[in-house]
Amino acid sequence: MDSPPASRLPSILDAHADDILSEWIARLRSGGADDRISEVERERQASGFLQRMIEAIRASGVADIEGPAFEPLREMLSDISRSRAMQGFSPTESALFVFSLKQPLFHRLGLAWGKDAEGLARDVWAVTLLIDALGLRMMEAWQKTREEVIIRQQQEIAELSTPVVKLWQGILALPLIGTLDSSRTQVVMENLLESIVQHEADIAIIDITGVPTVDTLVAQHLLKTVAAARLMGADCIISGIRPQIAQTMVHLGVELNVISKANLSDAFALALRRIGRAVVRTKSPVPVMGTAHGE
Amino acid sequence: MASDVGDRIPILKLGDALLVTIQVDMHDRLALALEDDLTNRIVQTSAKGVLIDISALEIVDSFIGRTLASIAQIARVLDAETVVVGMRPAVAITLVELGLSLPGVRTALNAERGMALIRTHRADELDADPDGDAA
Repeated sequence: MDSPPASRLPSILDAHADDILSEWIARLRSGGADDRISEVERERQASGFLQRMIEAIRASGVADIEGPAFEPLREMLSDISRSRAMQGFSPTESALFVFSLKQPLFHRLGLAWGKDAEGLARDVWAVTLLIDALGLRMMEAWQKTREEVIIRQQQEIAELSTPVVKLWQGILALPLIGTLDSSRTQVVMENLLESIVQHEADIAIIDITGVPTVDTLVAQHLLKTVAAARLMGADCIISGIRPQIAQTMVHLGVELNVISKANLSDAFALALRRIGRAVVRTKSPVPVMGTAHGE
Repeated sequence: MASDVGDRIPILKLGDALLVTIQVDMHDRLALALEDDLTNRIVQTSAKGVLIDISALEIVDSFIGRTLASIAQIARVLDAETVVVGMRPAVAITLVELGLSLPGVRTALNAERGMALIRTHRADELDADPDGDAA
């Protein structure tokens, strides 16, 4: 029995690289102009991609996509995918870049094999496997990039949303926004304690108006923060417990055992009283005007 | 009584308060010795307040935490108010994570505030009990 005839893919690629490239670019272009990526850039990516693919296939055939010959191609694919993910392309749009190479390749294979169905089928299958593997790799890189973006944003949110505000000499406020998990509690706690030392604060008001839910775990985190502040010699007041949250807390049996006030202003008034100060009215209120100066 | 000076934490008398500044790393023997010495000095001097400054302590384990709590309890039995001052943020977080929030121990940010706390506590007590000897 004869061994199967050799794949005609490498010779096709050598002979018709330019035709395949122009057909591919035409297909990419038929998807319509896109202002996220320039025509020139897209063509540059396509020709670079095809170039590396031809080199890799010439070196090691189509089967071994994980091998060293495909290294430059894989790298380029990851780069393209990463930039697409950053530019806001959807997964489908990113993957189509690779998958739209199939048609020009199949077309050339069809011309080369003519009526030899068996050879054609074998080569089509080989190309399908190759392009599918590359497409999947593209998706993987896209996904990874998006995950990196999400993780970075999470870190930024964690840092941004835990400011400690000085309200008065010796009174700090900590407006919490977002869900409290253990890693955020850690950041919040450290921020608060450092600020207590820095401002020599007696009282810290933890305002939870921006905390969407308080379950037993969140309550435990709050209590930890309060206990740590107390160890440093500062008292805590919790404020801004919304009606639904108060109900949930009671129904869950969560007890805070800390002074709590309905809103920040009540808590501030109490804090002022604690440090022996009061807000008094000095005279009739001065109307606030845009540019006029008081007489 | 203060025999082995190198192995002891000095206790200073300041008015009717005792001042303890922990400047070295606490190990368990030292903590127990401090508890002993402090108990004796409170009785000797009939001190009304104990101020423990731990601002130099970078590491506090559960044993030291418990010792601080028991010193406070002992002092209360002997009619003295204990204030722990100058705890570092990292130490506070560690103690809370260990589940030791030192109930019954008063705390203050620094020695100055701690002294003020002892003084006001003493004044409140004298107000409440005018027959007690103020000397």
